[in-house]
Amino acid sequence: MKIAIILLVWIGLWWLNTRLARSAKTAWFVPVLFGITLLLLWELTVRLFGVSPVILPPPTDIALAFGSEIPTLWEDFVQTIIKGAFSGYIIGCGSAFLTAIIIDRSPFLQRGLLPIGNFVAALPIVGVAPILVMWFGFDWQSKAAVVVIMVFFPMLVNTVAGLQASDHMQRDLMRTYNASYIQTLAKLRIPTAMPFIFNGLKIATTLALIGAIVAEFFGSPIKGMGFRISTEVGRLNLDMVWAEITVAAIAGSALYGLVSFVEQRVTFWHPSQRG
Amino acid sequence: MKNILPILTVLLVIVAVWYAAAIKMNAPWTYAQAERAGTEVTFSEVVRDTLAQERPVLPAPHQVAQELWDTTVMKKVTSKRSLVFHGWVTLSATMLGFAIGTTAGILLAIGITHNRAMELGVMPWAIASQTIPILAIAPMIIVVLNSMGISGLIPKSIIAAYLSFFPVAVGMVKGLRAPDAMQLDLMRTYSASDAQTFWKLRLPSSMPYLFASLKVGVAASLVGTIVAELPSGATRGLGARLLSGSYYGQTIQIWSALFAAALLAASLVIIVGVIEKITLRRMGMAV
Repeated sequence: MKIAIILLVWIGLWWLNTRLARSAKTAWFVPVLFGITLLLLWELTVRLFGVSPVILPPPTDIALAFGSEIPTLWEDFVQTIIKGAFSGYIIGCGSAFLTAIIIDRSPFLQRGLLPIGNFVAALPIVGVAPILVMWFGFDWQSKAAVVVIMVFFPMLVNTVAGLQASDHMQRDLMRTYNASYIQTLAKLRIPTAMPFIFNGLKIATTLALIGAIVAEFFGSPIKGMGFRISTEVGRLNLDMVWAEITVAAIAGSALYGLVSFVEQRVTFWHPSQRG
Repeated sequence: MKNILPILTVLLVIVAVWYAAAIKMNAPWTYAQAERAGTEVTFSEVVRDTLAQERPVLPAPHQVAQELWDTTVMKKVTSKRSLVFHGWVTLSATMLGFAIGTTAGILLAIGITHNRAMELGVMPWAIASQTIPILAIAPMIIVVLNSMGISGLIPKSIIAAYLSFFPVAVGMVKGLRAPDAMQLDLMRTYSASDAQTFWKLRLPSSMPYLFASLKVGVAASLVGTIVAELPSGATRGLGARLLSGSYYGQTIQIWSALFAAALLAASLVIIVGVIEKITLRRMGMAV
């Protein structure tokens, strides 16, 4: 009986979604409805089968926890995202960008550093978190340091690739204008590198959040999203954990959206943006 | 092969910087010890001491190499202090999770390419989910599954599977869409069924995309497994080695676990790369 109700809801919404997908006018609503379907099925399953909230709290409980714990969530958000992830993101991406410009002048360094950079980008770098927590202490500085290392190599590899994206004809044209190195860099090579740079920035947003949260598992002051998740799991207070995850999800998507928005403004000339 | 010389130079510089940093960062401890003992130390003594401390702030490369050698070759494989043992625990969970995640990812991609409602509904969420720090829920999944009586390999594999799932699904959708309209039209003129088009055109042309995302996925599932080993009393696996090292200040142990994880990640990516090369060559797609 219970299974029948859940299946009925699922099939009903599925049918509605298939109908909506056929018309171009209503197609934008399909992903929204899919999300609603998931939440509804989750709620129904938990309520009807009486799943213990220690295992999986229903979405409404999570929303309630979210609503009543906003001050705590905000404090954790500031500690982890603003102080830890954001400062690390800026330092890491900034220094990777500068390093890329320096490397770009020397083909020898390029051939040496790029394979190593590619290799390091695939490694489980989160593993350096305990070491950096030992070096920089429990507060946000160590989290920022983890983020710096995590975002550095993807950003470096992408920027170096981007700086080589301008083709020979364009560079020759700059030479016929008698443009200096700085002028060529500022007017031709950095603008052509922008799509690559934004690709690196986008990859780095997710990495920054992961780094900042996971580094808190190795020790942190008594605030922060990673700290809250690990302690509330210990107290089996799962609706709070899910509220923190919601914050992380919103922050991650918002940061990613912000980077994509700037990208659209900066690289409006690129084929992928003209769709 | 012309890259060998630059790479070696860069590596050499890294090792040199590492030694210098080790001396600089470990020196305060040496000076403090000397002051407590009331003795003066010369610079050469400081260097010798900083490179051989038992719990250095930054262990020297040869100490890490020594520890790696001791815990892999010199220990019995079944010993709890052997990195081979811990590496195997991590590797088995990674492989199980990777297999589950890849299979699920490919199946979802097939569903998405054949059903418009699924494409419109699922794809935005699959892409959005990549912007979310999924690793953050790893400890919760472990604890919850533990409280349901499931422990050991499975919870870790679930996290590893989750992390490799989306890269594979997204890459595979791109790959299954790779054949252009001309090729699809040709299949239609042959009166090929959907299944035939899938097996003879879509699946083969998706292979380069599949392998590109498999490389991302296998690295991601290893990271997932290691993070999953961090919380709540896990005693086996590379992640547990990292955590116990950080609790007891055993820096050399942390560094050796880190290098073991790096070697594991590198060999997994290389193995996928070799399989890719062989497969693509036999399909006549290799360059």
